[in-house]
Amino acid sequence: MSAAGEREGMVRRLSHLDRRIIYLIVLICAAVPLVIGARVELSVGPPVRSLYDAVDSLPPGSYVYLAADYDPGSLPELYPMNVAFVEHLFSKDVKIIAASLWAPGPPLSQRVFDDIAPRYGKTYGEDYVNLGFKEGREAVMVSVAENLKGTFPEDYFGTPCGEIPMLDGINSLRDVSMIVNVSAGYPGIKEWVQQIATRFDIPVGGGVTAVSGPEMYPYIQSGQLVGLLAGMKGAGEYEQLLEKPGLGLAGMASQSSVHVAVIVFIGLANLFYFLDRRKGR
Amino acid sequence: MKTEVPVVIAFVAGMLMIVSLFSPHPVFAGPAAVMRNWAIVITAFAYVLGVANIARISAGTVRTRGRDWRYKVVLLASLGGMLGIGLAGGIQGGGLFDWSYMNVMVPMQSTMFSLLAFFIASAAYRAFRARSVEATLLLVTAVIVMLGRVPVGERLWSGLPAFTEWIMEVPNMAAKRGIMIGAALGAISTGLKMILGLERSYLGSDK
Amino acid sequence: MRPLTIAAGAASGGLDGHVLGTWVAAALTLAIFSFLYKDNPVYKLAEHIFIGVSAGYVVCLEYWNVFVPNLWNPLVSGGEFILVVPFALGLLLFTRFSPRAAWLSRWAIAAMVGSYAGFAVIGALQGDLIAQVRAAMIPVYSADAAASLGAAAGGNDYVFALLAVLQNPLTIIGLVTTLFYFFFSREHRGGLGMASRVGIWFLMISFGASFGYTVMSRVSLLIGRLHFLLSDWLGVIR
Repeated sequence: MSAAGEREGMVRRLSHLDRRIIYLIVLICAAVPLVIGARVELSVGPPVRSLYDAVDSLPPGSYVYLAADYDPGSLPELYPMNVAFVEHLFSKDVKIIAASLWAPGPPLSQRVFDDIAPRYGKTYGEDYVNLGFKEGREAVMVSVAENLKGTFPEDYFGTPCGEIPMLDGINSLRDVSMIVNVSAGYPGIKEWVQQIATRFDIPVGGGVTAVSGPEMYPYIQSGQLVGLLAGMKGAGEYEQLLEKPGLGLAGMASQSSVHVAVIVFIGLANLFYFLDRRKGR
Repeated sequence: MKTEVPVVIAFVAGMLMIVSLFSPHPVFAGPAAVMRNWAIVITAFAYVLGVANIARISAGTVRTRGRDWRYKVVLLASLGGMLGIGLAGGIQGGGLFDWSYMNVMVPMQSTMFSLLAFFIASAAYRAFRARSVEATLLLVTAVIVMLGRVPVGERLWSGLPAFTEWIMEVPNMAAKRGIMIGAALGAISTGLKMILGLERSYLGSDK
Repeated sequence: MRPLTIAAGAASGGLDGHVLGTWVAAALTLAIFSFLYKDNPVYKLAEHIFIGVSAGYVVCLEYWNVFVPNLWNPLVSGGEFILVVPFALGLLLFTRFSPRAAWLSRWAIAAMVGSYAGFAVIGALQGDLIAQVRAAMIPVYSADAAASLGAAAGGNDYVFALLAVLQNPLTIIGLVTTLFYFFFSREHRGGLGMASRVGIWFLMISFGASFGYTVMSRVSLLIGRLHFLLSDWLGVIR
């Protein structure tokens, strides 16, 4: 075979690469930085900074409604955000009312509380409460904005909300300073903005999966969202501001190497495409 | 009864939600609050109906020894087991229910979604081609964003994170706002058609 | 802090529960990953366990967090007899299983569809349409940005000062041309055709950004699972 023929054969083979080789390259690029413990510094974007500043300016003793609207499907992106928010709020002595519109949400937010509350000496029912899950999407949002205990008569564990000390005098979302949402999709941050931020004039901010990050920029520019974390990178930026590194920062080196791999894939695929096209002429 | 009653129910429920936005008067706010509470309860029933349907179809497959019936036995056993643990023992943290959630449901659901990382890399290799001006714009933006959102991009050019943020805040935001305004107009018109009974496809067939 | 993957034993499961949980979680993780090689019985088994456990989980949460506090307790202990109505409507949903009585489920479906259509109208109107149109009313020319451009020293400073000057005009052009693209009442020719073509370019840039973010998202999910396997299970990383 001629040299040109060999080159053409190679191009054809590479452009029809077995998908499992691509999978293996992705796997190696993601795993190696984790194994060697590569650490990186992140630049913090304006949406993350403004959310951090908004949470940081909450006075001690104020209340935040932490809407944990996510499930294990987006755990690596959103769980670190949930952790970072609770760390920040506890460090500011802000009281947290957690609830979820996603059935798998409450055990995740409870796990965050169980891990973090003892370090800050926080007590369940006095400093934080987990109201659990409520079905009903926007109906729950508007209901809880008008009547918190009517919507959540009991907490996650079946304790009547009337018997929970920190909820004395908290009748609706009008009594909280801010809604911090950890959102995996619908129902989530878009609906909190649509139904609550605009209608009840309560500040809303939070974190979303990277997939839905770009859709949220109009809300940031319009001021309907006070700030936003998008994906694991957003969580990492928040962790960096808090100076409490977690999975968000730990995963960034792997994230970098897989992104480079995907870009190389795209570059090679286009190179083969142009070579093919030139040959066609 | 089969068509008129549901149309009236949808009209009343929808109008209550809309009118209560414009008027906080108890005449509207009270019934709207009641209707919201009803929606919460009925939606919960709808989810249980969905699960009952999964159980019914799976049980049918097992009964007729249909395709993959052995797997349906596993499905029904997992469903029954989780229901038994949760309904009898409660959902409190630290119990068997919580253990099953953390060690069975969490790893499987997160792993299912993590498979998409492999599929999207493979798709990028196979399908992402600069065939036209439009496709090139899409491709170039994707590459800039992928580099600009990770630390390696900053090493290449210190201004890349800020430039990526500019892309997100200006051209991306403008287009997303356009889509949002268009979608809002569509949602308003579809919603009103449903409330006014002009759109009845949710009722299914007329039988 | 225990910030990392969490599929490792119940909070108070004790050492045995923790170790067993980690091994169960790791085995199930690998079973799902086995699909990458090809569809196989181990994957199918894990898939069906997942569906069963998830469906059971949701029903338990609906029971303890919704039916008991929002329906049963207020109805039986609180004397709120009006709740018989949603209870009955909810039960009517199950008539779907009987072809002759299935039409009765429409009442409950109509209550849900009507309510959520109402929320959709409100949300789209006040949350998106009005708020976004209002936010789009920005000046084309920013004197501050122009002054910054004049004072920019060069290099990155100059580039970002220039981008700041372009920000408002491009935002307006992008929005207007995108809306033109979605305007289907007239054929896209002449001026409208030009505008809608520019709109497509803005849309393509936004789709490219979305694609980049989607890759980021999917990769993060993989990193999370690998972190669990390498740290909680194998102990290769701390």
